[in-house]
This record gives sequence, structure tokens and C-alpha cells, in this order.
Amino acid sequence: MELLPALLFLQSTLAATWRMATPILYAAIGEVFSERAGVLNIGLEGIMLIGAFAAYSTAFETGNLVLGLIAAVLSGLVCGLVFALFTVTIKANQIVVGAAFNMIGMGITGFLYRAFYAESGKVLSLKTFLPLDLPFLSSIPFLGEVLFRHNIMVYATLLLVPAASFVLYKTAFGLSIRAVGEHPKAADTAGINVHRTRYISVLIGTSLAAIGGAFLVLAYADQFVEGIVTGRGFIALAVVVFGGWSPWGAMGTSLLFGVFYALQLRIQAMPNVLIPYQFLQALPYLATLLVLVGLTKRRVRAPKALGIPY
Amino acid sequence: MEECAPESADQEFILRMENIYKSFPGGVQANRGITLEVRSGEIHCLLGENGAGKTVLMSILYGLYKPDSGCIYYKGKKLDIHNPKDAIRHRIGMVHQHFMLVPTLTVAENIVLGQYPPWKVLNHMEEVHERIRAMSDEFGLDVDPTKLVQDLSVGEQQRVEILKALYHGADLLILDEPTAVLTPQESEHLLKFLRQLADRGLTIIFITHKLEEVMEVSDRVTVLRDGRVVGTVNTSETNPRELARMMVGREVLMELKKSQTQPGKVIFAVRDLRVRDARGLEAVKGVSFEVREREILGIAGVSGNGQTELALALAGLIDCEFDEMRLDGQILTKHDLHRLHRMGMAHVPEDRQRMGLILPFSVAENFVLKSYRDEPFSKRGFLRFEAIREYSRSQISKFNIRVGDIEEEIAHLSGGNQQKVVVARELDRHPRFLLVNQPTRGIDIGATEFVRQQILAQRDAGAAILLISADLEEIFALSDRILVMFEGRFMGEVPPDPALIEQVGLMMAGKAAVPAD
Repeated sequence: MELLPALLFLQSTLAATWRMATPILYAAIGEVFSERAGVLNIGLEGIMLIGAFAAYSTAFETGNLVLGLIAAVLSGLVCGLVFALFTVTIKANQIVVGAAFNMIGMGITGFLYRAFYAESGKVLSLKTFLPLDLPFLSSIPFLGEVLFRHNIMVYATLLLVPAASFVLYKTAFGLSIRAVGEHPKAADTAGINVHRTRYISVLIGTSLAAIGGAFLVLAYADQFVEGIVTGRGFIALAVVVFGGWSPWGAMGTSLLFGVFYALQLRIQAMPNVLIPYQFLQALPYLATLLVLVGLTKRRVRAPKALGIPY
Repeated sequence: MEECAPESADQEFILRMENIYKSFPGGVQANRGITLEVRSGEIHCLLGENGAGKTVLMSILYGLYKPDSGCIYYKGKKLDIHNPKDAIRHRIGMVHQHFMLVPTLTVAENIVLGQYPPWKVLNHMEEVHERIRAMSDEFGLDVDPTKLVQDLSVGEQQRVEILKALYHGADLLILDEPTAVLTPQESEHLLKFLRQLADRGLTIIFITHKLEEVMEVSDRVTVLRDGRVVGTVNTSETNPRELARMMVGREVLMELKKSQTQPGKVIFAVRDLRVRDARGLEAVKGVSFEVREREILGIAGVSGNGQTELALALAGLIDCEFDEMRLDGQILTKHDLHRLHRMGMAHVPEDRQRMGLILPFSVAENFVLKSYRDEPFSKRGFLRFEAIREYSRSQISKFNIRVGDIEEEIAHLSGGNQQKVVVARELDRHPRFLLVNQPTRGIDIGATEFVRQQILAQRDAGAAILLISADLEEIFALSDRILVMFEGRFMGEVPPDPALIEQVGLMMAGKAAVPAD
């Protein structure tokens, strides 16, 4: 490869990185809250799908993307209430309820999509959130393309991560969350309402997961397809673990995954590449895993009460 | 709940719990009409065996349980408590037996936990640190507010718990068996400290089952048995014997009869034993000892100084290294450790519920856990239930184990009766070498007395016994020789002379400069 095409390749890969990381990051940040409070929600994939469909159908019917986003948050809150009802109040096994959400999410969105859209003969695409080219900054060569030509939902992650970190480590509520996930009995004795704290954390988790799903239809692809989330919910679960249950860690890991994801998409698109595409699709997962196993020296422990009802 | 008067009939007491009833699903009646009266500024002991209802009563006062019926008056007024937050608001503090601290948070974070509305931004932690330091200095507690709780010793964690209660302005402090985890010196220190607090006007309720502590620290004592009050007495007008009788409901042998025996030949010996714990750190750092026929070798020490690993290694449950090990004259290799129980060794493990018994199994099944493959309990690969039942019935009557039905799940038995099953099973094998770890932890006086007698009987019958216990009184009552363990090494050997308890206490804290052999 010569220098210029190589630079262009790098530029487009890096520009896609942040975008690829965004939906995973939303879901992962939410899951950090949930897991820090001791509730493992493996139903992220299904909840992202439900969020994506709620956003798509609302935005499609009203023509308003913001309403779509609001619908996604509402669907996430409903999912969260049901999830918390089963796992916190009824104390059902969190893995089982999470698995149920994945199947319900797949089934219900597939059914509704077919019933209302797939064979309706309408034009199904949305006008997505457009990239906001920041004045001056976006015209910097290379960096402008990589950092300053994204849409609003991508930029928003720059606020989300510090905000999440602030809430978790600098507020009384964050302290309660961390205590509840580690030693709920001690938190209870200190006068914290363990169930309420877990409910709120789960709701934060599911609404952010739904926003992550909404991103896929409102700011990435321009329409809904069945199973559009394609495993990102499960990646978000891994991202939480590798990120050491911290928002900044989740951001780093999501970006790492984003790089490899963008890379494999571009390699797939190259002519004369004889690697089977199934292998390329597995690449981001494998590469992220290897990098992190190599990098992580200090082993961060999971919240001690994770997965245990109180 | 019946109607309670809005004000206490008797204003003399800071706390009056009246006719408290509490039962749990499954039919356990923990409190059956308890009335407790506590005077302002006194240290009031709640004395009783495990299961007498002391902790449940105090948990009700602290808002962790809701009583089925009964009234509570505090500072003259009727007290409505629904959760610990209410208790803290009424300035009631509790130091639980299992500390209620979050290990991954700092001392200061643990102390302010739950004290602020959720939206409060914690940008004033420097001030909190200062205040904690000031209080720590004032009370001489030596607590660093910035440390993570998981990096503190058990004694330090307890001081954090006390400081937490004082920080929240407690004027009634409840302590649940606070000395169970401390060395004798630390206990001594704690009791003195509590006396100082009481002199400042703090009211203290002290839960315990140790008679010496009651005599040493309290002004008055209320004795509970089976969920009822046996009586409340002034400490100065009673004595340990009377308290023991109230607690158990019959005369108790305060002293075990230990006969003089002459130890015989060496049964078990090990040289330079090294064991790593679950984290890969060396927990036992090269110890050597031998146990003789008709001898009990006691290993004293605060829990967590390598005793657990030592016992697990000898039982063949975790890996270890050693120079030489002999049982009954035979040289052993590491691979023999898994088979020791077939070579005449028996093991009463530390944690009966997790290692000694299979809780969901029946009493009868637990009796034959180690012998179900042998005649007469099985024949040609089939279990012979009639033989198992018959054997279990005979053991139950021999060891006086209180059990409804031998087919009952062993989980339903009390701790004392569970331990009797383990002891009965292990002793019935007539071991040459008996390893006993914390044999009476958490069981009532009656069962304790019985288990200790059984251990002495084995010794007199010729067994070599290695006794590991964090209970110094037990070590001194049973042992013929005592080794003190600290941070994986033996600090030295002492004879079981009660005059030496002080010295052993110092050795348990690592303060004696006499290394063993």
C-alpha cells in the first residue's frame, strides 16, 4: 500500500471506530450501574432490540427522531420494571430472566416488524441523525474526519461517561449502589433501601441499553431489520467485565472493540482478500479478548453480591 | 400488635422492651414474651446460649426484624422502629457479630454510608476524614479514615464499627459477641474502653455467652434461655456458677475432669510443613511437631494465622510440602494424605455445615458418610438401609443426640446436635490420630461439655489428638501441651497452666520472641 491510500484507510477506520463503539458503550455504561448494584442483566441484547424497534416505529410514524429516542427510553424503563420485578422483588434467577428477555426481544420485535412493516410495501427508511460537522475543527486534516464529523448520539457519549463516573464515585447515590452490590446486608443496616437502589440501577441499565439499540436505527442504519443488534448486547456484557466495572474502563474497551470491528468491515470490503468472512466477523471478539488478556495486569474483582437476590 | 401506651409506665429506664414475641417461618420461636429493662449509663449484659434469642431481640430493637407483638419504650416514649435508619435516627447503634462493613469502600465511606440523600455530592470527604481522625484521637481508637476496610485487621474493623456508631451520635450501643474475634489482650482493651464510654454516659448492651466477661464488664445482667427471660440480676450480687445455672437450666460442670496420663510413643510427626492458601500465599511457613499416644496437643491462635490451612493439609484437602511425615511409624508421602482416613486418622473439621456434613441429607445418611461402602452398610454395591438405620439409632442414643427422626434432614438440627453427629461418626472409627478443629464453636454449653468429654475419653483410650481452637479456655482445659500459632509459625510451646494465659495471649499477638524449636 502506498502512503496516501494507507492514510485514507486508517482515517476511515478510525472515524468508524467511535461510531461502532457507541451502541455498545451505551449498553455497557447502563450495565455497569446494574452490576455494581448486584444485578446481572444478560438480557441486554433483547432489550436493545426492543429499544431499537420502539425508536424505529415511533420515528417512522411521527417523522420525529427525538420522539423515537423518547419511545426507546420508555420501552427500556418498562423492560427494566419487569426485569426488576422478577429479579429483585420475586428474587427469580437473574440468568433465567435475562435469557427470557433475549428471546422475548427477538420474538416480539420480529413479529411486530413483519406484521406492520416488512410486507407493507412502504419505503421503510428513516432520515437518521446527520453528522454535525463542528466548525473549523472538522476541517483539520485527518483528525477532523476521525473526531469531529459525528452525529449527536456519538458526541453524547463524551458527556455520558464522565457523568456516569461522577454519579458512581462522587455522589451518595453512587456510594449506595457500590455498597448494595458488594455487601447488601451492610447497606441495609446502614439504612439504605436495597431493593429501591437495585430497581433504580436496573432501570438506568435498561434505559441506556434501549438507547444503544435506538442508536442503531436512528443514527447508524436507517431502518429496522430483524436481529439488528447482532450480538452487541453480549459484547457489552463482556465490555463491562474487561472494563473492570467502571465507566471509563467500559469506554476504553468499547473503543478497542470498535477499532477491530471497523477494521474487519473494511477488510471484508477489500477485493482480493481470500480470508473467509466468518473468520473476519469473529476477529473483533478474538482480538479484543487477546489484547485485554495481555493488558490487564491488575485483576478487578466482580461486585461480590453480583447475581445474588437480596 | 396490641395497643401500647404512648409513654413508658416506668421512667427509670432508658429502654424498656415489653413482652416481645417473635417467631420465624418454620416454627422457630426466638422470643417468647421477653421483657428487658436497661438503665441509662449502665453496661447491661444479655447472657444466653446460642439460640436463646439474644441477637433476635437486639435485631428487633435495631429495626432489622419486626416483632410479632410487644412494645418498646425508649427515653420514656413509645418507639416505632421499622428499619435500621429509624434506629440510627433515634441514636441507637449496633456492632454486629459479623461486621456490617463494605470491604471495598474506605473507612470514611463506610461511616457516611446511608447518611445523605441520594443526590448529595460527596465533595466534603476531607472534612469527614478530619472529623473521624479527631474522634479516633479522642477515644484512642487509632482508625485511619482513608484506608480500605478490606486492608484492616479484624480488631481494627471492630473499632471502625464502634466509631461508626459514635459518629452517628449513638447514646445506646449494642455489641453482639464483640470479643469472639479478638485476642485476650484486645478483649481486655475493648472491655476497658466500653467502661470508659459508660462513664461518659453511654448506655451499652453487651451480648455474650462468656461468663467471665459478664463478671468483668457489666453492671447488670439479663439471662435468656429458649426465648424467655430467666432473670435479671446485679452483677455484684451473683457469681459465674449461678449465671451458668440460669443460662443452661441445670448445674454445669465448670471444670472438666482431666486425668493424669503418661504419653506413649509418637503417633504422628511432621517436619517443616509448608502450606499455601487459596491466594497462593504461604499460610503455614514450615512448622514441625509430633503428637504422642494418650496426648492432646493444642494449637492456640487467633483465627486466620494458618490453622485452617494446617488442618486442611493434614486432611489431604489442599496441597502442601514437607520434609518428613510419619503416622504410627510409617513414612508418608504426599499421596498418602488422601488416604490417611483409611490409615487410622479421623477428622472433625472446622466448618461442620460445609465440610463435616451434607446438609440436605438425612441424619442416618450423614452417619455413614465415610463407611457406607463397607459391610454391613452395603453389600454387593447395594445400600442396606436396615443396617444403616439401626446403626444410626444406636449412635443417637449413645451420644444423646436430640433428633425427631433419623430420616430428617440434618440441616434442621441445632448446631450442637449437628456437631454431635460429626463427633459420633469420627470417634466411632476409633482413630489412632484424631484431628479436631474448633470442636465447640457456636454450640451450646451442654453440647460443648459433652464434646469435650468425648475428646478426653479418646485421649484416655490411647489416641493421639491434635486440637486446633481459637477458644483459649478450651485449649487450656483439654491440652497436655500447647503450641501457639502466629502468622504461619509456632511462637513457642507452653504447658496448660492457667497462670500462663497472659503469656499465651501475647504470643497469639506475635509478641513473644521465643521461636519454637
